[in-house]
Amino acid sequence: MSSEVEKVKTIEDASAEEQREMEDKVVSPEKVEEAKLKARYPHLGAKPGGSDFLRKRLQKGQKYFDSGDYNMAKAKMKNKQLLSAAADKTEVTGDHIPTPQDLPQRKPSLVASKLAV
Amino acid sequence: GAGNAGVGGGNDFQWCFSQVKGAIDEDVAEADIISTVEFNYSGDLLATGDKGGRVVIFQREQEGNNRSHSRGEYNVYSTFQSHEPEFDYLKSLEIEEKINKIRWLPQQNAAHFLLSTNDKTIKLWKISERDKRAEGYNLKDENGRLRDPFRITSLRVPVLKPMDLMVEASPRRIFANAHTYHINSISVNSDHETYLSADDLRINLWHLEITDRSFNIVDIKPANMEELTEVITAAECHPNQCNVFVYSSSKGTIRLCDMRASALCDRHSKFFEEPEDPSSRSFFSEIISSISDVKFSHSGRYMMTRDYLSVKVWDLNMESRPVETYQVHEYLRSKLCSLYENDCIFDKFECCWNGSDNAIMTGSYNNFFRMFDRNTRRDITLEASRESSKPRAILKPRKVCTGGKRKKDEISVDSLDFNKKILHTAWHPKENIIAVAATNNLYIFQDKIN
Repeated sequence: MSSEVEKVKTIEDASAEEQREMEDKVVSPEKVEEAKLKARYPHLGAKPGGSDFLRKRLQKGQKYFDSGDYNMAKAKMKNKQLLSAAADKTEVTGDHIPTPQDLPQRKPSLVASKLAV
Repeated sequence: GAGNAGVGGGNDFQWCFSQVKGAIDEDVAEADIISTVEFNYSGDLLATGDKGGRVVIFQREQEGNNRSHSRGEYNVYSTFQSHEPEFDYLKSLEIEEKINKIRWLPQQNAAHFLLSTNDKTIKLWKISERDKRAEGYNLKDENGRLRDPFRITSLRVPVLKPMDLMVEASPRRIFANAHTYHINSISVNSDHETYLSADDLRINLWHLEITDRSFNIVDIKPANMEELTEVITAAECHPNQCNVFVYSSSKGTIRLCDMRASALCDRHSKFFEEPEDPSSRSFFSEIISSISDVKFSHSGRYMMTRDYLSVKVWDLNMESRPVETYQVHEYLRSKLCSLYENDCIFDKFECCWNGSDNAIMTGSYNNFFRMFDRNTRRDITLEASRESSKPRAILKPRKVCTGGKRKKDEISVDSLDFNKKILHTAWHPKENIIAVAATNNLYIFQDKIN
């Protein structure tokens, strides 16, 4: 007897949950996306869109060990103009001292713009 | 569909391809990526800046000069290297040469002036024409070599002779060392004497003639950087009130400041923010509310802001909410997780008004760009692509399919190319001519008439 009552209750609860889920999906695709993100990155900062982003934005820019490092990288580029691949590596800061090998190569703009052709 | 009628002009109005500039090859060098596009006040000149620090200026051909169907084509007028990469020795950081913004000065004489800026340094460039040169000097010959004075037996008056047009660009002022953080905006004041420059935390006011000093007019840097909650994302001077400017923030707010009220405008005169439903708040809310561009209407009565998914028009007399909101690509709301992972959620789209303020334009992904007619409430999606690049070809409207059955000619959200972003667009100040930057290519579209 009691188990039957329990069963009925569970079914009701389940359908109420389903309805809430459906409402969430219909009402807020953002929240669905948020859940996806938190599932992939459980340690994502508690402060959404806060200081981490801002500090990363303020520090934007490729870091070199020192000016000699920078000038060597530039000189390398002048000699090897075909090297253009790894332009999108993330910044190397904080974990270890960067070396010229670590850093993405940059192509200096020695030629005129192709818009001006 | 029935053509792209009705947006940006009258009912019979349609956009057509006019020109495309730039290389066709698939392998795009980073330096060639266009980072800013700007018409001058008359619309006769169109300037672009790129990641390689170069500026290219196009000039509109006078109509009636040549073939009747090449109505007002833009051709290269001048190109120069504006900024070079530099190295900040104190922080061991590279300073990119990428041109963040170009702003023209109103023309006051035969020469043209523009301001161009990278992350740290603003430069005033003078672009002038030379179409005459003097011939018949007494002391030097035609090649410039000095003549032997003993051979000179008579005096002659040098004569001005026409020469092939030469356009020269020279840096007249360099405004440096005033920004600790990265410059995102410059804006020329309506007094034509001053301009403002804004970085993430500060805004400075300059006099165009003075390079060794600038006034700091906004400073939102907190005493303790741990308390940093928002940054300045864009700033602009009011088009006709020289004491007024606005700046937008990463939290989706806009502050209007009056320079007559105080020297340091940390306290705003007006604060614009749209109320948000707290129950709908998510991890992404603040990121997508960050304003990437703010532009006053030509009339000065309205301003427009661009955030990740929408464009909003604000009446300067109403701070509580925008008067109009236009969805640019709402279908991306259910893709925010991947857009966060590939960093696209941080893309900074710009927006612009047409000359009469009745239409607005902004870019999107897949080389799509969107236009909204404020009067008819019609909107249209067009594409900047080599495939629709036959001269005077009418652009076909595009549609993104958001779910369910995809109709023919529609493109599904998952097929969009997020590497093809249109971040920079510009609208001619008087006519229906638009310039759209698609990575390394510049497209120019015009209306169908003629």
